[in-house]
Amino acid sequence: MKELHRLSISELSPLLSQRQVSPVEVTESLLHRIAALNEEINAYITVDEAGALAQAKLAEARLGKGEAGPLTGIPLAIKDLLATCGLRTTCGSRILENYLPPYDATVCARLREEGAVILGKVNMDEFAMGSSTENSAFGPSRNPWNRECITGGSSGGSAAAVAADLCLASLGSDTGGSIRQPASHCGVVGLKPTYGRVSRYGLVAYASSLDQIGPIAKEVRDAALLMNAIAGYDNKDSTSAPVPAPDYLETLGRDIKGLKVGVPKEYFGQGLNADVETAVKNALLTLEGLGAEMVEVSLPHTEYAVAAYYVIAPAEASSNLARYDGVKYGLRVPGANLLEMYANTRTQGFGPEVRRRVMLGTYALSAGYYDAYYRKASQVRTLIRRDFEAAFEKCAVLAAPVAPTPAPRLGEMVADPLTMYLSDIFTISVNLAGIPAVSVPCGFSREDLPIGLQILGPPFGEPVILQAAHAFEQATDFHRRKPQWCEGKS
Amino acid sequence: MEFEAVIGLEVHAQLLTKSKIFCGCATTFGAPPNTQTCPVCLGLPGVLPVLNRKAVEFALKMALATNCTVAPESVFARKNYFYPDLPKGYQISQYELPLAEHGYLDITVDSHSKRIGITRIHLEEDAGKLIHSPSRPVSFVDFNRTGVPLIEIVSEPDMRTPEEAVEYLKGLRNILLYLEICDGNMEEGSLRCDANISLRRPGSAELGVKTELKNMNSFRFVRQALEYEIRRQRALLSEGREIVQETRLWDAAKGQTFSMRGKEEAHDYRYFPDPDLVPVKVDAEWLESIRRGLPELPAERAARFQTEYGLPTADAEVLTSDKALADYFETCLQDFPQPKKVANWIMSELMREVKKEEAGIDAVQVTPRALARLLALVDRGEISGKIAKSVFDEMAATGKDPEAIIKEKGLVQISDTAALEAQAREIIAAHPKETADYRAGKTKVMGFFVGQLMKKTKGQANPKLANEIFQRLLSE
Repeated sequence: MKELHRLSISELSPLLSQRQVSPVEVTESLLHRIAALNEEINAYITVDEAGALAQAKLAEARLGKGEAGPLTGIPLAIKDLLATCGLRTTCGSRILENYLPPYDATVCARLREEGAVILGKVNMDEFAMGSSTENSAFGPSRNPWNRECITGGSSGGSAAAVAADLCLASLGSDTGGSIRQPASHCGVVGLKPTYGRVSRYGLVAYASSLDQIGPIAKEVRDAALLMNAIAGYDNKDSTSAPVPAPDYLETLGRDIKGLKVGVPKEYFGQGLNADVETAVKNALLTLEGLGAEMVEVSLPHTEYAVAAYYVIAPAEASSNLARYDGVKYGLRVPGANLLEMYANTRTQGFGPEVRRRVMLGTYALSAGYYDAYYRKASQVRTLIRRDFEAAFEKCAVLAAPVAPTPAPRLGEMVADPLTMYLSDIFTISVNLAGIPAVSVPCGFSREDLPIGLQILGPPFGEPVILQAAHAFEQATDFHRRKPQWCEGKS
Repeated sequence: MEFEAVIGLEVHAQLLTKSKIFCGCATTFGAPPNTQTCPVCLGLPGVLPVLNRKAVEFALKMALATNCTVAPESVFARKNYFYPDLPKGYQISQYELPLAEHGYLDITVDSHSKRIGITRIHLEEDAGKLIHSPSRPVSFVDFNRTGVPLIEIVSEPDMRTPEEAVEYLKGLRNILLYLEICDGNMEEGSLRCDANISLRRPGSAELGVKTELKNMNSFRFVRQALEYEIRRQRALLSEGREIVQETRLWDAAKGQTFSMRGKEEAHDYRYFPDPDLVPVKVDAEWLESIRRGLPELPAERAARFQTEYGLPTADAEVLTSDKALADYFETCLQDFPQPKKVANWIMSELMREVKKEEAGIDAVQVTPRALARLLALVDRGEISGKIAKSVFDEMAATGKDPEAIIKEKGLVQISDTAALEAQAREIIAAHPKETADYRAGKTKVMGFFVGQLMKKTKGQANPKLANEIFQRLLSE
């Protein structure tokens, strides 16, 4: 048998239900591993040893009574912007460094109902603003494949923890690529569901109309298992879709013969790294080899996506982050009067990227600029949605790269925010259109850094994109490879 | 110089829903600070608002009652500004697409009817309350009020005098009370009024520079603040000076308005559609069911009072201009079905008490049922009308039943013929001149005899009986 921490959920779950291993044993083994290795990659901000062991014991009792589900006793990591009752939730920010939520996010409550074990909270770009996890007040996470490289972001801690076997799977959130891009950079599977598919209640908002919670996992089947637990209507979230969630395992294992796969020509242009291009084009050949039919499609408004995103997301963020004012909770830096207290608190509490986006958004919403920026960006958003609607008339899914390059080195992105913004080019349109997309490992660069294939679907098309991703995964073994750094570390 | 005032009002009304607009917290007034809060109304990280359908229903009632056109789809927007009583750093309100628009309300001032346009009615959430420490430079925040549903009713600048503004405000309040969607209490702040006012030369179509007046928490203050502001602006304009566009606060103690902030300090609220909420959809069916469920409104009730009870127009309008008064009238009628008599008593005796109390009809200690019993006593001849008025005063002062007061003070009318006859004989014997006059045909002196008997019995003699007795005795 593999070491416990190396197992996927799908591998561990039967061992738990057959009582071959106990949840406490698994949890202890992972806590031990986190204690030994976390410092080297900085995936966890907070580890909840006592809580995790208590949950593991509860899971054990459930397993004993035969009341277990597939996630009972499974140790998971949670991105540190999902509210966990009584467990510190920092959003990667100084301003919430000691914030303890008095309630659970809907997704966390659902995972607890399933008997999952929450090991702790994982690192991220402050308030999910960034693509590298370097904007965390708690230091950058490091890529397990090469610790001089970034993990991607903003859910970098979630992806790194999965890649380094510091949890079996994790939850992240994706506003402009924040699940898919770190999943791609860390060689794991990341699913960004349809907007409204997973309740946002308890997700600390960055850009409310774009944010969506999703799983990061070692394999496609695990992502589907997590979706089975977290997807579905929630009356606490007015934007959650009143559409019943299917069993996401159902389509896995079905072949993809005759499946029409659209290849958007705008996603294979200039700026695409040669290794990424090769890996993704090989992946398309693999899909073709599995019987899929390739169709060239066009998404003509792609070039406006980044600009529209960087108006809409900061605008919403400027408003969402107004509550961190030093009055009620979190950091307060005193001042001579109220206005100074606000300014001091927010200047010292927020990092530079958050301050930059709050200012961008405040400007974009200001009187006289609203029409030119926010309204125009909303119109662009409609055009991008229509691009996808038109494309999905010709095909069932789309296949594309996730990021234009493999994981850059630490520091490269911080120095140049514009390059960082542009690196979101292949992921942002999906959020603007509200559609689902999954990143699945499809190769490695010459420097041995992972590369992901992105499969996009129409609204509520998670079953078909998971089916395609699973077929691809089963036909390849990129997901089986482990970072060199992890080998021999138990 | 002659000037004409142009006045528009922005009225905020707290809705009487049991729970808040975006969470399940209670809305009761006066609970200990921060006991009616939850993560949602405290705006904790990660929470989301969910719209209370009842609040929409209440707002729709007001929209229909003020003849507005209801939008099939309206949108919540965020109004962004920093203040410690605003936990999210924005207020959820409606901006570009309000719930209802283009309504009106008819008012009567000096028996002239006038139509005041209503620009829009929209839904929003209330903010919390700051409590400043009297002893230390510290403030506290009470979030109980945060998230209590409000409607904002914005009028057209159609009012020309403070009286019109007050009548319009009273009319709105009355409708809110008829609909039972707001308690209309201006002192507690469940009904708030801001005014925009500017002056211009009569006949001019252009609007002058306006000021916005705040902090007027009674009808009287609204009138006084507008009167003051008209004087202030007129004085400035007459001297050829300009009005500064600004927000001014009414100081009731000083009887003046003071500048609070100028145009350049005005907030840029950076409104944008709230991405956490979906558009409010009101279909024809929902609207129709609300329309069907609307109670009788003031104008309809006044019409009914004329046809059903035969009241004059003026009486019907006075009685229905205050829902509590009209309810009082109709409750009283159930036990004493003589509409005109009841109306007269309410409009004279009761209204006098209402004015004395200044706290509305609920503060008057005479219940409608008790008044009905008092009127019945008069009607049956057990007490005179004159005594009834003093009994009424006593009822208002003590809250006691009329029967108890009459008994206590021995005010029961004397209808004992024998007792009255004996006293009448004494009076006749003592006034031979008047007796002779009467017998000579000057029947007018009858009043004198009855008056004497009343004096002797301290008003307790049954006047009808007294008349009969004297007629009989004097004809002997």
